[in-house]
Amino acid sequence: MAAPILRELVDSVEGALSALGAYTLFAGRLAAETPRALLRFRLVVEQVHNAGALSLVIIMMSGLFVGMVLGLQGFDLLERFGSEESLGSAAALGLLKELGPVMTALLFAGRAGTALASELGLMRATDQLAAIEMMAVDPVRRVVMPRFLGGIISMPLLAAVFSMIGLYGAQLVGVQLMGVDQGQFWSQMRGAVEFNDVMEGALKSVVFGVACSLVAVYEGYHSVPTAEGVGRATTRTVVISSVSILLLDYMLTAVML
Amino acid sequence: MSRAPGALVRVRGLHYSAGRREIFAGVDLDFPRGSVTAVMGPSGSGKTTLLRLITGQARADRGLVEFDGRDVAGLSRSELFGMRRRMGMLFQNGALLTDFDVYENIAFPLREHTRLPERLVRHLVLTKLQAVGLRGAARLMPAELSGGMARRVALARAIVMDPELLIYDEPFVGLDPISLGVVLRLIRRLNDTLGVTSIVVSHDVREITAVADYCHLLSDGRIIASGAPLEVASADRDDVRQFMHGLPDGPVPFHYPAPDYAEQVRQVL
Repeated sequence: MAAPILRELVDSVEGALSALGAYTLFAGRLAAETPRALLRFRLVVEQVHNAGALSLVIIMMSGLFVGMVLGLQGFDLLERFGSEESLGSAAALGLLKELGPVMTALLFAGRAGTALASELGLMRATDQLAAIEMMAVDPVRRVVMPRFLGGIISMPLLAAVFSMIGLYGAQLVGVQLMGVDQGQFWSQMRGAVEFNDVMEGALKSVVFGVACSLVAVYEGYHSVPTAEGVGRATTRTVVISSVSILLLDYMLTAVML
Repeated sequence: MSRAPGALVRVRGLHYSAGRREIFAGVDLDFPRGSVTAVMGPSGSGKTTLLRLITGQARADRGLVEFDGRDVAGLSRSELFGMRRRMGMLFQNGALLTDFDVYENIAFPLREHTRLPERLVRHLVLTKLQAVGLRGAARLMPAELSGGMARRVALARAIVMDPELLIYDEPFVGLDPISLGVVLRLIRRLNDTLGVTSIVVSHDVREITAVADYCHLLSDGRIIASGAPLEVASADRDDVRQFMHGLPDGPVPFHYPAPDYAEQVRQVL
């Protein structure tokens, strides 16, 4: 009875370790290709447009609503202690250090990550990657690298937009709706937020950008070349990215606090 | 272009297995320079795998695959890419890059490998498009092309770097009779006018006999017939005759292996 369970456990641990190894090797290859890929920056800019600019609407809308909820909840909580003027600093710190990077990364994984994985998966399934290789062009260098770098560059920019719009949403609810003093809102925020707080959020969003882009290009590039395979690659991209983001968030917060 | 006699691609004693399944069990093949050579065989007989071995996308377990006198398995990655620049390949569905229009698809290898001025790139692309009869479709996207047109565009892309070897993977699948006739004529015409060597992998017997100079018939991991198409068609081996004439029953049985019919029916009752 115990033997099959043990066997299954050993198999799944072995599978997880070999997947981690494959990810590490692929990441190493991408890192080695980075300097050369940056030389063809026009290709990277195209992907910043695909991954970043096309995600802007969803990021801005989500940022606005998250900020507005933050304004409501923050006001409700702070009012109990009679310190509702601190809403500006609470919202800014919450957005810059946590909500901005994490929510942006989760939305990025759902919007741009899946698009990347399915695009690469379809290229594999329709022999486009094989055709590129047969034209003596390295598909990792020509197709994967610009998408990987485009994702990494987009993420901090999107997180900044998310935090900025979120702050506007918090101000909209706190100041316009709940009547917090406008001057207090902004001055408390400026007093409480330090350069390190901004950097903490920026660093997180870069790390999440690397993680999300790596997962998306890895899963897409290595997908099974069938319709089912592409579907599975997209699902895996969302699941693995989301869990990695939350795990990395805890680790980074623990290190930087 | 060198027109030395002999074979451009040579395969000797090829053994290859995918997992436990043996795909090639000692295959010898020659692809003579300047000719159209067809490799035929039933589905799953390893035709596409053979192309992967010739182009260095897979490595043989044993045996030799040579391109222009050099062992493909022994090439470094950069040498392999150098060899592929001397080859053009037409994939089954065309494999056009869906992000680019027809023009950019054909210009892709030129832009990646050369620094030609745009005027020259344009000239080359339009020449190749003219050769396949699609100069007017230069600005269409791949999704706007019919199956036959996509394959002709892919053919223009395959010849844009002036290769020595042209490889066709199932070029006739799913084409209407007119497109099929066009592709057939193009294979022959490009081979003769460009002086290239062509390898056509297909199971369409009638089309192959119309276009190929030589053909090889693969079955169960071995070559069971070789020669001019008409010679192969008139071979008196049962397995060759079954394939060449499309007979439903023969050495390849109609029924998948199963227990006795009457016994199985009785069991169910």
